[in-house]
Amino acid sequence: MAMAANHLRNSTRSSVHSILHNRFQPLLNAARFFSDAASSMPQPQPNQQSPPHSSLKDYELAKFAAIADSWWDSEGPFKPLHLMNPTRLAFIRSALCRHFKKDPYSAKPLEGLKIVDVGCGGGILSEPLARLGANVTGVDAVEKNIKIAQLHAGLDPVTSSIEFCCTTAEKLVEEGRKFDAVMALEVIEHVANPAEFCKSLAALTVPDGATVISTINRSMRAYATAIVAAEYILRWLPRGTHQWSSFLTPEELVLILQRAGINVEEMAGFVYNPVTGRWSLSDDISVNFIAFGTKSNNTE
Amino acid sequence: MNMVMKKTISNVCALKIPRKYFCTEGVKVAGSAIGEASNEHEKKHTVSKIIPQYDIAIVGGGMVGMALACFLASMPMTKQLNVAIVDSNPALSSGLHIKKEDPPDPRVSTVTPASISFLRDAGAWKYVEQNRHAYFNVMQVWDYTGLGYARYHARDVNKDYLGCVAENKVLHNALLSCVKDSDFKTTIYPFRLSSMTLNTSSMSVVEENTKSVESSSAQGHGAKLQLSDGSSLYAKLVVGADGGKSHVRELAGIKTTGWNYSQNAIICTVEHTSENVCAWQRFLPTGPIALLPIGDKFSNIVWTMSPAESNSRKSTTEEEFLKDVNYALDYGYGPRPTSGLLGTRDMFSWFKMDATVSTNEFFEIPPKVIKLASERMVFPLSLRHANSYASKRVVLIGDAAHTVHPLAGQGVNLGFGDAFSLSRIIAEGIALGTDIGEVNLLKKYEAERRSANIMMMAILDGFQKAYSVDFGPFNILRAAAFHGANYISPLKKGIISYASGEHKLPIFL
Repeated sequence: MAMAANHLRNSTRSSVHSILHNRFQPLLNAARFFSDAASSMPQPQPNQQSPPHSSLKDYELAKFAAIADSWWDSEGPFKPLHLMNPTRLAFIRSALCRHFKKDPYSAKPLEGLKIVDVGCGGGILSEPLARLGANVTGVDAVEKNIKIAQLHAGLDPVTSSIEFCCTTAEKLVEEGRKFDAVMALEVIEHVANPAEFCKSLAALTVPDGATVISTINRSMRAYATAIVAAEYILRWLPRGTHQWSSFLTPEELVLILQRAGINVEEMAGFVYNPVTGRWSLSDDISVNFIAFGTKSNNTE
Repeated sequence: MNMVMKKTISNVCALKIPRKYFCTEGVKVAGSAIGEASNEHEKKHTVSKIIPQYDIAIVGGGMVGMALACFLASMPMTKQLNVAIVDSNPALSSGLHIKKEDPPDPRVSTVTPASISFLRDAGAWKYVEQNRHAYFNVMQVWDYTGLGYARYHARDVNKDYLGCVAENKVLHNALLSCVKDSDFKTTIYPFRLSSMTLNTSSMSVVEENTKSVESSSAQGHGAKLQLSDGSSLYAKLVVGADGGKSHVRELAGIKTTGWNYSQNAIICTVEHTSENVCAWQRFLPTGPIALLPIGDKFSNIVWTMSPAESNSRKSTTEEEFLKDVNYALDYGYGPRPTSGLLGTRDMFSWFKMDATVSTNEFFEIPPKVIKLASERMVFPLSLRHANSYASKRVVLIGDAAHTVHPLAGQGVNLGFGDAFSLSRIIAEGIALGTDIGEVNLLKKYEAERRSANIMMMAILDGFQKAYSVDFGPFNILRAAAFHGANYISPLKKGIISYASGEHKLPIFL
């Protein structure tokens, strides 16, 4: 086990270097690409002053409310998320242990860390984080999700300490909340304004704190696998779960995070093996990927 | 209100909840919980309504169940787990008393090098070595037709031994001592399991009202086990290690596939004039007879035959029985094989590139049995395999998942393999904050063990079937297979490694 964790750590570290060097360095220097990337992103709309001040799209909320009951059904619509969860956690665990200098061999390595899980859904990520010792706050804009999450977490004394609130990242910022680590997994592709969303995540993070974001790449392969295969052929996800045009490429994500004051330090891809039915971490970020960033001390 | 409620419950659960016992005599609790339990016993009337909550409930504290506890106790990720062991065997709490002077018990196991290394790493093997045990480095397999034989030597695979035979009670006691001497939190419930409620559809209550949040959190998490004394407990994961007639398997609704062989095995301890250091197995038309060294001048006999024969051999006089045993082990049913028969040595000479040492060894005659040193026990043989090893909050290990032919003494090794694999999967789950009763996690264990177990079962079943036929040409084929196994080095190494529990595939290594 320890060996595996170690190996994981080494492999993710090396992959980060190669990814950062191979993919981002030339892009960061190319100003032309920057403007391209910016124009392809949903533009911030300053005139958007609707009462629910949120980065979320209303129809996205309705979509999730409809399937909220099945969050914890490991054979239901969230099956891929359940299968992917251990892999996401392996990345998060090793990245957080390294950044916060926690003992990776401990059963509760995240003890003492305040973590917010933005877009927590039924609490699929919040619960493991709490079991790993973190002090977790889970927020979701869908009230039904929060109820499910509370009900499910309440079944186990360890997870019943999670604070679940039906709110948004923006509202938490208004309340002046701060966290050691901010998680937004598989959420950014559902928000109306990713750049604003990232600014909110950065505002929730303490200086030198960590931000972890995972999403789906806007690549042809992602279109083929995440939408055509997962929604239409395999019927893993309800149709319309994802819209390809709202996906972000890793380059775009790194840039908007940088503008929000977060430096991406590690990135890894998730690869699904259809034979074993398992997900694993890899250097291939062409479909699902996860980014770990830290907030620089001197921003704000 | 909601939050307050939950907070109280979590606090209460965080305290060491006194367990209630309804039996009149004080319950002795083994392991590190001894001191604690006596305190709890006094306090039992103060808080008797709260049902204790455990991470894991191991139902069945036999060799495989205790091996799981041992493996969990030995890993940093799992040693903080709170484990309940449900078994009505009084030996679990009082400890087993092993007297070295006693002749060996007929219930023995052949532990493979792979299992030995698991047990050694967990710190249990040193306790086995304190009692009677017998390593063997040679194994001879032959059949009654006199056409073929095979001798396997530990040197062939650069090992010191091929396995170790130990009495089940020695193994069991070693595992108990190992858990007791660790600082692992185990609580022994000396009762039987009477019912099990799996909290699987907790989500269906959401629709009706959200007030149920409080009541369901008060119900606790996971499976609820009700015991024969009327007490109950909660566990996030229930491990069925309760043998071939597993009650956990039945309560979880897991079906099995299998058949009975309409054959029985007689087991007993016998004595020789000198120490036996080799494992012997001879295939007879009625079934195989095995003679395993067990230390001192004793050996263990596992003899398969028809139910009618087994009944008459069980009741016959000792003198008659010993005569039958010696007959079966040597000249009975057919001649002794002669080395180099059929010119097979030349036939397979091409394969002897890196000549396996024992190809040069000649057939040996097993030592004579002079005395019966235990009662004769009779067991019916069957093969049974659970259609699934895991469902939500329930997992099966050992004989509860698979019962095999005792032919090569592999049964307990498959069980140790299960326990080892499950302990690693649980550790992996804990490292990632997974709920250990999560079906996706448990299915990983199933995937890991199922193929290994089925492979071994198929091989043992194949052996059984191959020897239930007595037909001229077939006998020669079988004998040729023996010769092949004896003379083709890579194949021979493969067979030894597989029987030692080290390789997954026996032939394509």
